[in-house]
Amino acid sequence: MGEVSLSSEQRVFMTGNETVAWAAIAAKADIMYGYPITPQNEIMHYWTRLMPKYGKKFLQTEDEISAGFTLAGGVISGAKAFTATAGPGNVLMQESASMAEMMRLPAVYIIQQRGGPSTATVIYSQQETTITTFGGNGEGHRIVFSTSTHQELFDYTIKAFNSAWAYRFPTFVLGDGYQAKMREPLTIYDPEQRGINLVKPEPILGIRPNGSKFTHLRNTYNTEEELYKVVMANQAEWEEMAKKVVEWDSRDCEQADVIILTHGVVSRAALGACQQLREQGHKVGYFRPITLRPFPGEQLKAAIKQAKKILIAESSYGQLVKLVENALYGSTVEIVPMLRPGLGITTEEIVDEYNKL
Amino acid sequence: MQELKENMVFQPAMPKSWNEETKPHKFCPGCGHGIILKMLGEAIDELGIQEKMIFGCDIGCSLLAWDFFKVDSVQTHHGRTTPVVTGMKRAHPELICVAYMGDGGGYAIGSQHLFNAAVRNERVTIILCNNCNYGMTGGQMAPTTLPGMKTETTPYGRDVELTGYPTKGSEMVAAVAPEGAYVARGTVANPRQLKGFIKKALQNQIDGNGISFVECLSGCPTNWRTNAKQTWEFIEKEMTAYFKLGELRVPQAKEV
Ligand SMILES: Cc1ncc(C[n+]2csc(CCOP(=O)(O)OP(=O)(O)O)c2C)c(N)n1
Ligand code: SF4
Ligand SMILES: [Mg+2]
Repeated sequence: MGEVSLSSEQRVFMTGNETVAWAAIAAKADIMYGYPITPQNEIMHYWTRLMPKYGKKFLQTEDEISAGFTLAGGVISGAKAFTATAGPGNVLMQESASMAEMMRLPAVYIIQQRGGPSTATVIYSQQETTITTFGGNGEGHRIVFSTSTHQELFDYTIKAFNSAWAYRFPTFVLGDGYQAKMREPLTIYDPEQRGINLVKPEPILGIRPNGSKFTHLRNTYNTEEELYKVVMANQAEWEEMAKKVVEWDSRDCEQADVIILTHGVVSRAALGACQQLREQGHKVGYFRPITLRPFPGEQLKAAIKQAKKILIAESSYGQLVKLVENALYGSTVEIVPMLRPGLGITTEEIVDEYNKL
Repeated sequence: MQELKENMVFQPAMPKSWNEETKPHKFCPGCGHGIILKMLGEAIDELGIQEKMIFGCDIGCSLLAWDFFKVDSVQTHHGRTTPVVTGMKRAHPELICVAYMGDGGGYAIGSQHLFNAAVRNERVTIILCNNCNYGMTGGQMAPTTLPGMKTETTPYGRDVELTGYPTKGSEMVAAVAPEGAYVARGTVANPRQLKGFIKKALQNQIDGNGISFVECLSGCPTNWRTNAKQTWEFIEKEMTAYFKLGELRVPQAKEV
């Protein structure tokens, strides 16, 4: 294989972390702020290696609080900026994410989930579903893409920058340690060559294209009514945005008795299980929310119309179930949870679980 | 500088960079924040940087300055103003980035940011108001509370055996910042000198030398529960006995 580049579409074989670094280059990100934590380290490693060639910047901060807030400063000054973290780092990043929600900052966070709670493992889990969708002391005014393949890591990292700058909500790409560390083939490309428009960043403060007027940004308000107005305006804009951003994958759900519902890398096992079971003649459907915020609740409701049961498989203890139950409130469909906090889930295990139904 | 108003009242001239729509400002009567920000305003005017800068303020009484200047401004979280302006400066080095914070913001919750920004010699200007307590939250002990001083969380006086000695912030920054740093401590009791320090701190950033840090000794009469005379006495005698005034680090003159 020759030198990797974005000058034309190229088939590559790389880790998820390397994929994210390339995607950030492809999305024309300017600067990364970061603090080391496994399993995201190689995003920084590849980014810093690619930096000179592509004229990019990097700042290694003193902790994830600082990485999150330097990121906020970077986007305020008009840079397309991002950070990457996991686990305890994700916990620390939520402070800046909540400021980004309040001040509508297009900050991009790449999360490669590891085990939790606490330091737990550096390997894998889906236990950052709740914190990534609703972390912070706010209403979850953010966008969260949950990827399942390296191709998606590439595609959705580019999309994350575009969504963040188009709608001005903090945006997360939710991967995990398996996606971060394993190698697989994907196609990398220059999005503009494919006709994908890259939303241009612009200074929120500082270099003002329109000149004269000064902007004062704040996140503190004096009265309940003042705050209420701000939060409700953000809520309304978030809902408007949600319709355009929401994504899901639904297969064979129309006639299915049982729907297997997963997100992220577990969806690969679910897809395999659905295929096997359908080949054996079972009426099984597959549903996967790609955006966890906004959650495709209406789409899920439509998909389960005929279903009697939903089998939810996740590498956490009910964090996905919670999102689903919230979306399906009032529905009588039976939810069968398959909860494996911090464990990988295979096709065979899902098939076994199905056979127990 | 005084200006004669039509109603025959002498009124000090407002710095051009002040936002007159938000004046009178919201600090308590006798508060030192207003004096520091006046000196900053005059320094901004004299250097002509109003259009080229971003002013960041912390949580603490400094947040009341969020719309204080006719300058692009951002009010951040408690302790996080240093990384916010650092992030801006790294992405856009042509901006002049100023962080304004209290002693709690700079020396307690944001101390890791201040320390590491100094170690990295970030090309930003940090102005810190030392008022020996947490003003905004109602007068608790701050890292700078003097030994024996009464606050809401040290009602019998600060016991250094239990809580340590007051943080000497300028000394800390001066000790860890590389060549090119500018570090000083001024006081609202000597505004002319304070303005000189702030101006040099801004100029040092403009020259791209290194980090610039000015601690300003200031008064909080509301929480100190002092009258005007006691307030000034505390600032001029008690505080300066512990916190030494002057320039601690000045970049070496560049060779011509
Ligand atoms: C994370 C967090 N912890 C605590 C607070 C509460 N808080 C608001 S202002 C403040 C102290 C401010 O003191 P200082 O920084 O010295 O500024 P001053 O008001 O004295 O000027 C605190 C603790 C907060 N806003 N955020
Ligand atoms: S509480 Fe203290 S620091 Fe805050 S505005 Fe009043 S006098 Fe100033
Ligand atoms: Mg204080």
